[in-house]
Amino acid sequence: MSLHFIEVENLARAFPQPGRQPPLKVFEHVNFTIEKGEFICVIGHSGCGKSTILNILAGLDAASDGAFVMDGKEVSGPSRDRGVIFQNHSLLPWLSALGNVSFAVRARWPEWSRRQVREHSLSYLKMVGLAGAEHKKPSELSGGMRQRVGIARAFAIEPKLLLMDEPFGALDALTRGVIQDELLEIWGRTHQTVFMITHDVDEAILLADRVMLMTNGPDARIAESVVIDIPRPRDRSAIHQHPEYYTIRNHLVDFLITRSKSLQGRVGGPGQQPRSVNPVRGTGVPDRGGTPRVVGGTG
Amino acid sequence: MAGLKTRAAILSVLFLVVFLGAWQLATAPPGAPERELTEYEIMMGLGAGSGAGMPAPTEVFSLAWEELSRPFHDSGPNDKGIGLQLLYSVGRVLAGFALAVVVAVPIGFLIGMSPVLNNALNPYIQVLKPISPLAWMPLALFTIKDAATSAIFVIFICSIWPMLVNTAFGVASVKRDWLNVARTLELSSIRTALFVILPAAAPTILTGMRISIGISWLVIVAAEMLVGGTGIGYYVWNEWNNLDIAAVIFAIIMIGIVGMLLDAVLAQAGHFLRYQE
Repeated sequence: MSLHFIEVENLARAFPQPGRQPPLKVFEHVNFTIEKGEFICVIGHSGCGKSTILNILAGLDAASDGAFVMDGKEVSGPSRDRGVIFQNHSLLPWLSALGNVSFAVRARWPEWSRRQVREHSLSYLKMVGLAGAEHKKPSELSGGMRQRVGIARAFAIEPKLLLMDEPFGALDALTRGVIQDELLEIWGRTHQTVFMITHDVDEAILLADRVMLMTNGPDARIAESVVIDIPRPRDRSAIHQHPEYYTIRNHLVDFLITRSKSLQGRVGGPGQQPRSVNPVRGTGVPDRGGTPRVVGGTG
Repeated sequence: MAGLKTRAAILSVLFLVVFLGAWQLATAPPGAPERELTEYEIMMGLGAGSGAGMPAPTEVFSLAWEELSRPFHDSGPNDKGIGLQLLYSVGRVLAGFALAVVVAVPIGFLIGMSPVLNNALNPYIQVLKPISPLAWMPLALFTIKDAATSAIFVIFICSIWPMLVNTAFGVASVKRDWLNVARTLELSSIRTALFVILPAAAPTILTGMRISIGISWLVIVAAEMLVGGTGIGYYVWNEWNNLDIAAVIFAIIMIGIVGMLLDAVLAQAGHFLRYQE
Protein backbone atom coordinates (compact mmCIF):
# COMPACT_ATOMS: atom_id res chain seq x y z
CA MET A 1 0.00 0.00 0.00
CA SER A 2 2.48 2.61 1.14
CA LEU A 3 5.48 3.23 -1.02
CA HIS A 4 7.96 4.03 1.70
CA PHE A 5 9.25 1.99 4.61
CA ILE A 6 8.49 4.77 7.04
CA GLU A 7 6.02 7.57 6.51
CA VAL A 8 5.53 10.33 9.01
CA GLU A 9 2.51 12.46 8.26
CA ASN A 10 1.63 15.82 9.75
CA LEU A 11 3.23 15.01 13.06
CA ALA A 12 2.70 17.70 15.68
CA ARG A 13 3.37 18.00 19.37
CA ALA A 14 2.02 20.68 21.67
CA PHE A 15 2.72 20.98 25.36
CA PRO A 16 0.14 22.43 27.71
CA GLN A 17 1.15 25.74 29.24
CA PRO A 18 0.39 26.91 32.75
CA GLY A 19 -2.63 29.11 33.22
CA ARG A 20 -4.80 30.08 30.30
CA GLN A 21 -2.04 30.34 27.72
CA PRO A 22 -2.60 28.35 24.56
CA PRO A 23 -0.60 25.11 24.30
CA LEU A 24 2.96 25.53 23.06
CA LYS A 25 3.35 24.00 19.61
CA VAL A 26 6.90 22.70 19.52
CA PHE A 27 6.59 21.46 15.96
CA GLU A 28 3.86 20.76 13.46
CA HIS A 29 3.37 19.67 9.86
CA VAL A 30 6.32 17.33 10.17
CA ASN A 31 6.31 15.08 7.13
CA PHE A 32 9.06 12.80 6.00
CA THR A 33 9.72 9.37 4.62
CA ILE A 34 12.54 6.92 5.21
CA GLU A 35 13.48 4.01 2.98
CA LYS A 36 14.63 0.68 4.28
CA GLY A 37 18.34 0.67 5.05
CA GLU A 38 18.65 4.45 5.00
CA PHE A 39 20.74 6.35 7.51
CA ILE A 40 18.98 9.58 8.41
CA CYS A 41 20.43 12.33 10.57
CA VAL A 42 18.37 15.19 11.99
CA ILE A 43 20.00 18.49 12.79
CA GLY A 44 18.43 21.47 14.45
CA HIS A 45 18.97 23.89 17.26
CA SER A 46 18.05 23.02 20.82
CA GLY A 47 14.36 23.34 21.47
CA CYS A 48 13.22 22.52 17.94
CA GLY A 49 11.73 19.28 19.19
CA LYS A 50 14.01 16.81 17.46
CA SER A 51 14.29 14.68 20.59
CA THR A 52 10.51 14.80 20.91
CA ILE A 53 10.16 13.48 17.36
CA LEU A 54 12.53 10.66 18.23
CA ASN A 55 10.61 9.89 21.42
CA ILE A 56 7.37 9.77 19.45
CA LEU A 57 8.94 7.39 16.93
CA ALA A 58 10.17 5.31 19.87
CA GLY A 59 6.69 5.32 21.37
CA LEU A 60 7.87 6.98 24.57
CA ASP A 61 5.92 10.14 23.84
CA ALA A 62 2.60 10.59 22.08
CA ALA A 63 2.06 13.01 19.21
CA SER A 64 -0.69 15.59 19.53
CA ASP A 65 -1.54 15.04 15.92
CA GLY A 66 -0.38 13.11 12.88
CA ALA A 67 0.56 9.56 12.09
CA PHE A 68 3.63 7.36 11.97
CA VAL A 69 3.42 4.48 9.54
CA MET A 70 6.09 1.80 9.44
CA ASP A 71 6.02 -1.11 7.02
CA GLY A 72 2.47 -0.21 6.04
CA LYS A 73 1.16 -0.24 9.60
CA GLU A 74 0.42 2.72 11.79
CA VAL A 75 2.32 2.43 15.05
CA SER A 76 1.70 3.83 18.47
CA GLY A 77 3.39 3.02 21.76
CA PRO A 78 6.81 1.44 22.18
CA SER A 79 7.72 -1.86 20.63
CA ARG A 80 10.67 -4.14 20.17
CA ASP A 81 10.84 -3.50 16.44
CA ARG A 82 12.29 -0.08 17.26
CA GLY A 83 15.58 0.04 19.15
CA VAL A 84 16.70 3.15 20.97
CA ILE A 85 20.18 4.35 21.84
CA PHE A 86 19.83 7.05 24.44
CA GLN A 87 22.13 10.00 24.92
CA ASN A 88 23.36 8.87 28.31
CA HIS A 89 23.78 5.15 27.58
CA SER A 90 21.06 4.26 30.15
CA LEU A 91 22.55 0.88 30.93
CA LEU A 92 21.21 -0.90 33.98
CA PRO A 93 24.07 -0.42 36.46
CA TRP A 94 23.49 -3.63 38.41
CA LEU A 95 23.95 -5.78 35.31
CA SER A 96 27.22 -6.52 33.56
CA ALA A 97 27.82 -5.49 29.95
CA LEU A 98 26.72 -8.95 28.85
CA GLY A 99 23.79 -8.82 31.26
CA ASN A 100 22.59 -5.58 29.74
CA VAL A 101 22.72 -6.90 26.20
CA SER A 102 21.15 -10.26 27.02
CA PHE A 103 18.44 -8.50 29.04
CA ALA A 104 17.29 -6.92 25.79
CA VAL A 105 17.87 -10.07 23.72
CA ARG A 106 15.82 -12.18 26.15
CA ALA A 107 12.98 -9.65 25.97
CA ARG A 108 13.13 -9.71 22.17
CA TRP A 109 13.16 -13.49 21.77
CA PRO A 110 11.66 -14.96 24.94
CA GLU A 111 11.61 -18.43 23.39
CA TRP A 112 15.39 -18.60 22.98
CA SER A 113 17.49 -20.84 25.19
CA ARG A 114 20.00 -19.39 27.64
CA ARG A 115 22.85 -20.44 25.38
CA GLN A 116 21.31 -18.85 22.33
CA VAL A 117 20.77 -15.59 24.20
CA ARG A 118 24.32 -15.64 25.49
CA GLU A 119 25.93 -16.39 22.16
CA HIS A 120 23.86 -13.82 20.31
CA SER A 121 24.66 -11.15 22.93
CA LEU A 122 28.34 -12.00 22.96
CA SER A 123 28.58 -11.74 19.20
CA TYR A 124 27.24 -8.19 19.33
CA LEU A 125 29.54 -7.24 22.19
CA LYS A 126 32.38 -8.58 20.10
CA MET A 127 31.21 -6.47 17.18
CA VAL A 128 31.66 -3.30 19.23
CA GLY A 129 35.06 -4.49 20.44
CA LEU A 130 34.07 -5.40 23.96
CA ALA A 131 35.02 -9.08 23.92
CA GLY A 132 36.74 -9.77 27.22
CA ALA A 133 34.98 -6.96 29.05
CA GLU A 134 31.57 -8.61 29.01
CA HIS A 135 31.51 -9.27 32.76
CA LYS A 136 32.33 -5.72 33.75
CA LYS A 137 29.68 -3.52 35.28
CA PRO A 138 28.93 -0.20 33.55
CA SER A 139 30.62 1.64 36.43
CA GLU A 140 33.85 -0.19 35.60
CA LEU A 141 33.73 0.85 31.94
CA SER A 142 34.78 4.13 30.39
CA GLY A 143 32.19 6.47 28.86
CA GLY A 144 33.02 5.27 25.36
CA MET A 145 32.78 1.62 26.33
CA ARG A 146 29.42 2.20 28.01
CA GLN A 147 28.06 3.78 24.86
CA ARG A 148 29.42 0.79 22.91
CA VAL A 149 27.41 -1.52 25.16
CA GLY A 150 24.39 0.67 24.42
CA ILE A 151 25.07 0.30 20.70
CA ALA A 152 25.50 -3.46 21.03
CA ARG A 153 22.25 -3.67 22.98
CA ALA A 154 20.34 -1.70 20.36
CA PHE A 155 21.76 -3.60 17.37
CA ALA A 156 21.41 -6.98 19.10
CA ILE A 157 17.63 -6.88 19.07
CA GLU A 158 17.83 -6.32 15.30
CA PRO A 159 15.11 -3.69 15.21
CA LYS A 160 13.41 -2.59 12.03
CA LEU A 161 14.26 0.98 12.93
CA LEU A 162 17.11 2.12 15.12
CA LEU A 163 16.67 5.45 16.87
CA MET A 164 19.66 7.32 18.25
CA ASP A 165 19.37 10.46 20.33
CA GLU A 166 22.73 12.24 20.17
CA PRO A 167 24.46 9.00 21.04
CA PHE A 168 27.92 10.51 21.13
CA GLY A 169 27.01 13.84 22.69
CA ALA A 170 28.51 12.96 26.05
CA LEU A 171 31.80 11.62 24.68
CA ASP A 172 35.11 13.37 24.17
CA ALA A 173 36.14 14.13 20.58
CA LEU A 174 38.69 11.30 20.23
CA THR A 175 36.41 8.59 21.58
CA ARG A 176 33.58 9.96 19.52
CA GLY A 177 35.63 9.60 16.34
CA VAL A 178 36.55 6.01 17.11
CA ILE A 179 32.97 5.02 17.85
CA GLN A 180 31.71 6.82 14.74
CA ASP A 181 34.07 4.62 12.72
CA GLU A 182 32.78 1.53 14.47
CA LEU A 183 29.20 2.57 13.92
CA LEU A 184 29.89 3.12 10.21
CA GLU A 185 31.44 -0.30 9.99
CA ILE A 186 28.59 -2.04 11.79
CA TRP A 187 26.04 -0.16 9.73
CA GLY A 188 27.89 -1.14 6.56
CA ARG A 189 27.46 -4.77 7.55
CA THR A 190 23.89 -4.71 8.83
CA HIS A 191 22.29 -1.94 6.76
CA GLN A 192 20.07 -1.16 9.66
CA THR A 193 17.59 1.66 9.08
CA VAL A 194 18.75 4.47 11.35
CA PHE A 195 17.15 7.69 12.50
CA MET A 196 19.73 9.68 14.42
CA ILE A 197 19.72 13.07 16.09
CA THR A 198 22.93 14.99 16.26
CA HIS A 199 24.32 18.45 16.87
CA ASP A 200 27.42 17.75 14.91
CA VAL A 201 27.42 18.70 11.21
CA ASP A 202 30.55 16.68 10.44
CA GLU A 203 29.13 13.63 12.14
CA ALA A 204 25.98 13.94 10.04
CA ILE A 205 27.91 14.18 6.78
CA LEU A 206 30.08 11.22 7.71
CA LEU A 207 27.20 8.95 8.65
CA ALA A 208 24.05 9.95 6.84
CA ASP A 209 22.46 9.25 3.47
CA ARG A 210 20.19 12.19 4.09
CA VAL A 211 20.25 15.00 6.62
CA MET A 212 16.98 16.51 7.70
CA LEU A 213 17.21 20.12 8.76
CA MET A 214 14.79 21.51 11.26
CA THR A 215 13.89 25.15 11.74
CA ASN A 216 13.90 26.60 15.21
CA GLY A 217 11.11 25.94 17.66
CA PRO A 218 8.42 26.65 18.56
CA ASP A 219 6.49 25.94 15.39
CA ALA A 220 9.45 24.01 14.09
CA ARG A 221 9.21 22.15 10.78
CA ILE A 222 11.53 19.98 8.80
CA ALA A 223 12.56 22.43 6.12
CA GLU A 224 15.02 20.50 4.01
CA SER A 225 16.11 16.99 3.34
CA VAL A 226 19.71 17.21 2.18
CA VAL A 227 21.09 14.33 0.15
CA ILE A 228 24.64 13.33 1.06
CA ASP A 229 25.89 11.31 -1.86
CA ILE A 230 29.55 11.05 -0.92
CA PRO A 231 30.25 7.43 -1.85
CA ARG A 232 30.59 4.75 0.79
CA PRO A 233 32.53 3.32 2.46
CA ARG A 234 33.41 6.69 3.93
CA ASP A 235 36.59 7.29 5.82
CA ARG A 236 36.53 9.74 8.66
CA SER A 237 40.15 10.73 8.23
CA ALA A 238 39.80 11.45 4.50
CA ILE A 239 36.22 12.55 4.06
CA HIS A 240 36.95 16.24 4.53
CA GLN A 241 39.23 16.08 1.50
CA HIS A 242 36.39 14.94 -0.68
CA PRO A 243 35.67 17.71 -3.23
CA GLU A 244 31.98 17.84 -2.30
CA TYR A 245 32.50 17.86 1.43
CA TYR A 246 32.62 21.59 2.00
CA THR A 247 29.80 22.33 -0.42
CA ILE A 248 27.59 20.12 1.70
CA ARG A 249 29.03 21.35 4.96
CA ASN A 250 28.57 25.00 4.04
CA HIS A 251 25.01 24.33 3.06
CA LEU A 252 24.25 22.72 6.41
CA VAL A 253 26.06 25.39 8.42
CA ASP A 254 24.31 28.14 6.44
CA PHE A 255 21.03 26.60 7.34
CA LEU A 256 21.84 26.44 11.02
CA ILE A 257 23.11 30.02 11.12
CA THR A 258 20.52 31.84 9.00
CA ARG A 259 17.71 29.83 7.51
CA SER A 260 16.83 27.84 10.64
CA LYS A 261 15.72 31.17 12.10
CA SER A 262 14.39 32.97 9.04
CA LEU A 263 12.27 30.00 7.99
CA GLN A 264 10.86 29.46 11.47
CA GLY A 265 7.15 28.73 11.15
CA ARG A 266 7.18 29.72 7.47
CA VAL A 267 7.85 26.52 5.57
CA GLY A 268 5.85 23.44 4.98
CA GLY A 269 2.25 22.83 5.66
CA PRO A 270 -0.19 19.99 5.93
CA GLY A 271 1.11 17.03 3.96
CA GLN A 272 4.07 18.89 2.51
CA GLN A 273 7.31 16.98 2.33
CA PRO A 274 10.50 18.87 3.11
CA ARG A 275 12.29 20.30 0.13
CA SER A 276 14.79 17.78 -1.21
CA VAL A 277 18.16 19.45 -1.63
CA ASN A 278 21.33 18.26 -3.25
CA PRO A 279 23.87 21.02 -2.62
CA VAL A 280 26.45 19.40 -4.89
CA ARG A 281 24.24 19.24 -7.94
CA GLY A 282 22.59 22.47 -6.95
CA THR A 283 19.09 21.07 -7.04
CA GLY A 284 16.58 22.50 -4.62
CA VAL A 285 19.10 24.93 -3.20
CA PRO A 286 17.25 28.02 -2.02
CA ASP A 287 18.25 31.54 -3.00
CA ARG A 288 21.28 32.90 -1.29
CA GLY A 289 20.27 34.91 1.74
CA GLY A 290 17.57 32.49 2.65
CA THR A 291 14.56 34.12 1.02
CA PRO A 292 11.84 31.76 2.04
CA ARG A 293 10.21 30.19 -0.93
CA VAL A 294 7.41 27.98 0.20
CA VAL A 295 7.96 25.06 -2.08
CA GLY A 296 6.65 21.64 -1.46
CA GLY A 297 9.34 19.13 -2.24
CA THR A 298 8.49 16.37 -4.60
CA GLY A 299 9.86 13.75 -2.19
CA MET B 1 54.34 3.19 61.71
CA ALA B 2 51.53 0.71 62.06
CA GLY B 3 48.53 0.97 59.77
CA LEU B 4 45.41 2.92 60.62
CA LYS B 5 43.48 -0.22 61.50
CA THR B 6 46.16 -1.54 63.86
CA ARG B 7 46.43 1.78 65.64
CA ALA B 8 42.67 2.00 65.98
CA ALA B 9 42.55 -1.54 67.35
CA ILE B 10 45.25 -0.79 69.91
CA LEU B 11 43.36 2.33 71.02
CA SER B 12 40.13 0.33 71.20
CA VAL B 13 41.64 -2.25 73.49
CA LEU B 14 43.18 0.53 75.57
CA PHE B 15 39.78 2.17 76.07
CA LEU B 16 38.32 -1.15 77.15
CA VAL B 17 41.13 -1.78 79.64
CA VAL B 18 40.77 1.71 81.12
CA PHE B 19 37.00 1.32 81.36
CA LEU B 20 37.16 -2.11 82.97
CA GLY B 21 39.91 -0.94 85.31
CA ALA B 22 37.88 2.05 86.44
CA TRP B 23 34.84 -0.15 86.88
CA GLN B 24 36.80 -2.69 88.91
CA LEU B 25 38.27 0.06 91.13
CA ALA B 26 34.91 1.72 91.65
CA THR B 27 33.28 -1.46 92.76
CA ALA B 28 36.20 -2.86 94.78
CA PRO B 29 35.07 -3.73 98.31
CA PRO B 30 36.48 -1.19 100.74
CA GLY B 31 38.13 -2.27 103.97
CA ALA B 32 36.16 -3.55 106.91
CA PRO B 33 33.19 -1.41 107.75
CA GLU B 34 33.94 1.11 110.47
CA ARG B 35 30.83 0.33 112.38
CA GLU B 36 28.12 -2.27 112.51
CA LEU B 37 25.33 -1.56 110.02
CA THR B 38 21.93 -1.04 111.38
CA GLU B 39 19.32 -3.53 110.37
CA TYR B 40 17.65 -0.80 108.27
CA GLU B 41 20.85 -0.07 106.37
CA ILE B 42 21.39 -3.73 105.61
CA MET B 43 17.85 -4.12 104.34
CA MET B 44 18.08 -1.05 102.16
CA GLY B 45 21.50 -1.94 100.84
CA LEU B 46 22.90 1.35 102.10
CA GLY B 47 26.01 -0.04 103.74
CA ALA B 48 29.33 0.90 102.18
CA GLY B 49 30.31 -2.77 102.26
CA SER B 50 27.69 -3.69 99.71
CA GLY B 51 29.52 -1.55 97.14
CA ALA B 52 26.16 0.09 96.45
CA GLY B 53 25.18 -3.31 95.04
CA MET B 54 27.13 -2.77 91.85
CA PRO B 55 28.92 -5.93 90.69
CA ALA B 56 32.56 -5.79 89.67
CA PRO B 57 33.46 -6.74 86.07
CA THR B 58 34.97 -9.97 87.35
CA GLU B 59 31.60 -10.97 88.77
CA VAL B 60 29.93 -10.20 85.45
CA PHE B 61 32.56 -12.23 83.61
CA SER B 62 32.22 -15.24 85.86
CA LEU B 63 28.45 -15.10 85.47
CA ALA B 64 28.82 -14.71 81.71
CA TRP B 65 31.12 -17.73 81.61
CA GLU B 66 28.66 -19.77 83.58
CA GLU B 67 25.69 -18.66 81.46
CA LEU B 68 27.45 -19.08 78.15
CA SER B 69 28.70 -22.55 79.03
CA ARG B 70 25.10 -23.77 79.05
CA PRO B 71 23.19 -21.23 76.97
CA PHE B 72 20.19 -23.38 76.10
CA HIS B 73 19.30 -24.97 79.43
CA ASP B 74 15.69 -24.80 80.47
CA SER B 75 14.93 -25.36 84.12
CA GLY B 76 11.52 -23.78 84.37
CA PRO B 77 10.05 -20.39 83.57
CA ASN B 78 12.48 -18.40 85.67
CA ASP B 79 15.65 -20.24 84.80
CA LYS B 80 16.26 -20.46 81.09
CA GLY B 81 19.61 -20.17 79.33
CA ILE B 82 20.53 -16.79 77.85
CA GLY B 83 20.78 -18.33 74.38
CA LEU B 84 17.26 -19.64 74.65
CA GLN B 85 15.92 -16.26 75.80
CA LEU B 86 17.75 -14.51 72.94
CA LEU B 87 16.34 -17.04 70.47
CA TYR B 88 12.81 -16.27 71.68
CA SER B 89 13.43 -12.56 71.16
CA VAL B 90 15.14 -12.95 67.78
CA GLY B 91 12.32 -15.27 66.72
CA ARG B 92 9.71 -12.64 67.58
CA VAL B 93 11.67 -9.91 65.88
CA LEU B 94 12.10 -11.98 62.71
CA ALA B 95 8.42 -12.98 62.67
CA GLY B 96 7.20 -9.40 63.07
CA PHE B 97 9.83 -8.12 60.68
CA ALA B 98 8.98 -10.71 58.01
CA LEU B 99 5.30 -9.82 58.26
CA ALA B 100 6.20 -6.17 57.89
CA VAL B 101 8.32 -6.93 54.79
CA VAL B 102 5.42 -8.80 53.21
CA VAL B 103 3.11 -5.85 53.81
CA ALA B 104 5.41 -2.84 53.49
CA VAL B 105 7.36 -3.69 50.34
CA PRO B 106 4.36 -4.27 48.03
CA ILE B 107 2.46 -1.28 49.43
CA GLY B 108 5.59 0.84 49.24
CA PHE B 109 5.92 -0.27 45.60
CA LEU B 110 2.39 0.89 44.83
CA ILE B 111 2.87 4.18 46.65
CA GLY B 112 6.14 4.76 44.85
CA MET B 113 4.62 4.09 41.45
CA SER B 114 1.44 6.08 41.94
CA PRO B 115 1.68 9.74 42.97
CA VAL B 116 -2.07 9.71 43.63
CA LEU B 117 -1.79 6.86 46.11
CA ASN B 118 1.23 8.54 47.62
CA ASN B 119 -0.66 11.75 48.29
CA ALA B 120 -3.71 9.85 49.50
CA LEU B 121 -1.85 7.70 52.03
CA ASN B 122 0.82 10.13 53.09
CA PRO B 123 -1.23 11.86 55.86
CA TYR B 124 -2.00 8.51 57.50
CA ILE B 125 1.60 7.38 57.30
CA GLN B 126 2.76 10.65 58.82
CA VAL B 127 0.34 10.26 61.74
CA LEU B 128 0.98 6.57 62.34
CA LYS B 129 4.76 6.71 61.99
CA PRO B 130 5.59 8.67 65.18
CA ILE B 131 3.39 6.51 67.45
CA SER B 132 5.48 4.57 69.93
CA PRO B 133 4.94 0.92 69.05
CA LEU B 134 4.35 0.12 72.73
CA ALA B 135 1.28 2.34 72.69
CA TRP B 136 -0.31 -0.32 70.48
CA MET B 137 0.29 -2.99 73.11
CA PRO B 138 -3.01 -2.67 75.03
CA LEU B 139 -4.95 -2.65 71.80
CA ALA B 140 -3.02 -5.69 70.61
CA LEU B 141 -3.57 -7.56 73.87
CA PHE B 142 -7.27 -6.70 73.80
CA THR B 143 -7.87 -7.81 70.22
CA ILE B 144 -5.39 -10.64 69.83
CA LYS B 145 -5.75 -11.90 73.41
CA ASP B 146 -2.38 -13.60 73.26
CA ALA B 147 0.71 -12.07 74.79
CA ALA B 148 3.31 -13.67 72.50
CA THR B 149 1.41 -12.75 69.34
CA SER B 150 0.89 -9.23 70.66
CA ALA B 151 4.64 -8.81 70.99
CA ILE B 152 5.04 -9.89 67.36
CA PHE B 153 2.35 -7.42 66.36
CA VAL B 154 4.20 -4.62 68.11
CA ILE B 155 7.35 -5.51 66.20
CA PHE B 156 5.35 -5.62 62.98
CA ILE B 157 3.88 -2.18 63.55
CA CYS B 158 7.19 -0.58 64.44
CA SER B 159 9.17 -2.04 61.54
CA ILE B 160 6.59 -1.37 58.84
CA TRP B 161 7.11 2.42 58.57
CA PRO B 162 10.78 2.76 57.70
CA MET B 163 10.40 0.03 55.06
CA LEU B 164 7.23 1.55 53.64
CA VAL B 165 8.71 5.02 53.35
CA ASN B 166 12.05 3.82 51.97
CA THR B 167 10.48 1.43 49.45
CA ALA B 168 8.17 4.17 48.18
CA PHE B 169 11.07 6.59 47.90
CA GLY B 170 13.32 4.06 46.17
CA VAL B 171 10.64 3.09 43.67
CA ALA B 172 9.66 6.69 42.96
CA SER B 173 13.25 7.68 42.26
CA VAL B 174 14.05 4.95 39.73
CA LYS B 175 15.59 6.68 36.75
CA ARG B 176 13.26 7.52 33.91
CA ASP B 177 15.86 6.20 31.43
CA TRP B 178 15.79 2.71 32.92
CA LEU B 179 12.01 2.64 32.74
CA ASN B 180 12.24 3.80 29.12
CA VAL B 181 14.57 0.89 28.37
CA ALA B 182 11.94 -1.45 29.76
CA ARG B 183 9.22 0.27 27.75
CA THR B 184 11.09 0.09 24.45
CA LEU B 185 11.65 -3.62 25.11
CA GLU B 186 7.92 -4.04 25.71
CA LEU B 187 8.44 -5.57 29.14
CA SER B 188 5.21 -6.34 31.00
CA SER B 189 4.53 -4.32 34.14
CA ILE B 190 5.32 -7.31 36.32
CA ARG B 191 8.64 -7.97 34.58
CA THR B 192 9.47 -4.26 34.73
CA ALA B 193 8.72 -4.26 38.45
CA LEU B 194 10.77 -7.40 39.07
CA PHE B 195 13.73 -6.87 36.77
CA VAL B 196 14.09 -3.09 36.58
CA ILE B 197 12.37 -1.32 39.48
CA LEU B 198 13.15 -3.89 42.17
CA PRO B 199 16.91 -4.08 41.55
CA ALA B 200 17.05 -0.31 41.07
CA ALA B 201 15.27 0.34 44.35
CA ALA B 202 16.83 -2.59 46.24
CA PRO B 203 19.57 -0.59 48.01
CA THR B 204 17.01 1.95 49.30
CA ILE B 205 14.60 -0.79 50.34
CA LEU B 206 17.39 -2.53 52.19
CA THR B 207 18.29 0.67 54.01
CA GLY B 208 14.69 0.76 55.21
CA MET B 209 14.95 -2.85 56.35
CA ARG B 210 18.11 -2.10 58.24
CA ILE B 211 16.48 0.79 60.09
CA SER B 212 13.45 -1.42 60.77
CA ILE B 213 15.36 -4.30 62.25
CA GLY B 214 17.31 -1.89 64.45
CA ILE B 215 14.10 -0.38 65.80
CA SER B 216 12.56 -3.84 66.22
CA TRP B 217 15.45 -4.96 68.37
CA LEU B 218 15.10 -1.83 70.51
CA VAL B 219 11.38 -2.39 70.92
CA ILE B 220 11.38 -6.14 71.61
CA VAL B 221 13.19 -5.68 74.95
CA ALA B 222 10.56 -3.25 76.20
CA ALA B 223 7.72 -5.32 74.75
CA GLU B 224 8.92 -8.46 76.50
CA MET B 225 9.27 -6.60 79.78
CA LEU B 226 5.57 -5.82 79.48
CA VAL B 227 4.46 -9.17 78.12
CA GLY B 228 6.68 -11.41 80.25
CA GLY B 229 7.13 -15.15 80.00
CA THR B 230 10.11 -15.54 77.72
CA GLY B 231 12.66 -13.48 75.83
CA ILE B 232 15.62 -11.31 76.65
CA GLY B 233 13.44 -8.41 77.79
CA TYR B 234 11.71 -10.66 80.29
CA TYR B 235 15.10 -12.00 81.36
CA VAL B 236 16.34 -8.50 82.17
CA TRP B 237 13.22 -7.67 84.11
CA ASN B 238 13.27 -11.00 85.95
CA GLU B 239 16.90 -10.55 86.98
CA TRP B 240 16.13 -7.03 88.13
CA ASN B 241 13.40 -8.47 90.33
CA ASN B 242 15.99 -10.93 91.62
CA LEU B 243 18.33 -7.96 92.19
CA ASP B 244 20.93 -9.86 90.14
CA ILE B 245 22.62 -6.77 88.68
CA ALA B 246 25.47 -8.82 87.22
CA ALA B 247 22.95 -10.78 85.15
CA VAL B 248 21.31 -7.53 84.03
CA ILE B 249 24.67 -6.16 82.85
CA PHE B 250 25.45 -9.42 81.13
CA ALA B 251 22.06 -9.31 79.37
CA ILE B 252 22.67 -5.72 78.29
CA ILE B 253 25.94 -6.73 76.67
CA MET B 254 24.27 -9.67 74.93
CA ILE B 255 21.48 -7.43 73.64
CA GLY B 256 24.11 -5.16 72.14
CA ILE B 257 25.98 -8.01 70.48
CA VAL B 258 22.87 -9.61 68.97
CA GLY B 259 21.64 -6.21 67.75
CA MET B 260 24.99 -5.63 66.10
CA LEU B 261 24.83 -9.03 64.39
CA LEU B 262 21.30 -8.41 63.07
CA ASP B 263 22.45 -5.09 61.64
CA ALA B 264 25.58 -6.65 60.17
CA VAL B 265 23.56 -9.30 58.31
CA LEU B 266 21.41 -6.65 56.62
CA ALA B 267 24.40 -4.41 55.99
CA GLN B 268 26.05 -7.32 54.20
CA ALA B 269 22.93 -7.97 52.15
CA GLY B 270 22.81 -4.29 51.28
CA HIS B 271 26.42 -4.39 50.19
CA PHE B 272 25.58 -7.27 47.90
CA LEU B 273 22.70 -5.41 46.27
CA ARG B 274 24.33 -2.03 45.98
CA TYR B 275 25.35 -0.82 42.56
CA GLN B 276 27.39 2.06 41.34
CA GLU B 277 26.17 4.32 38.63
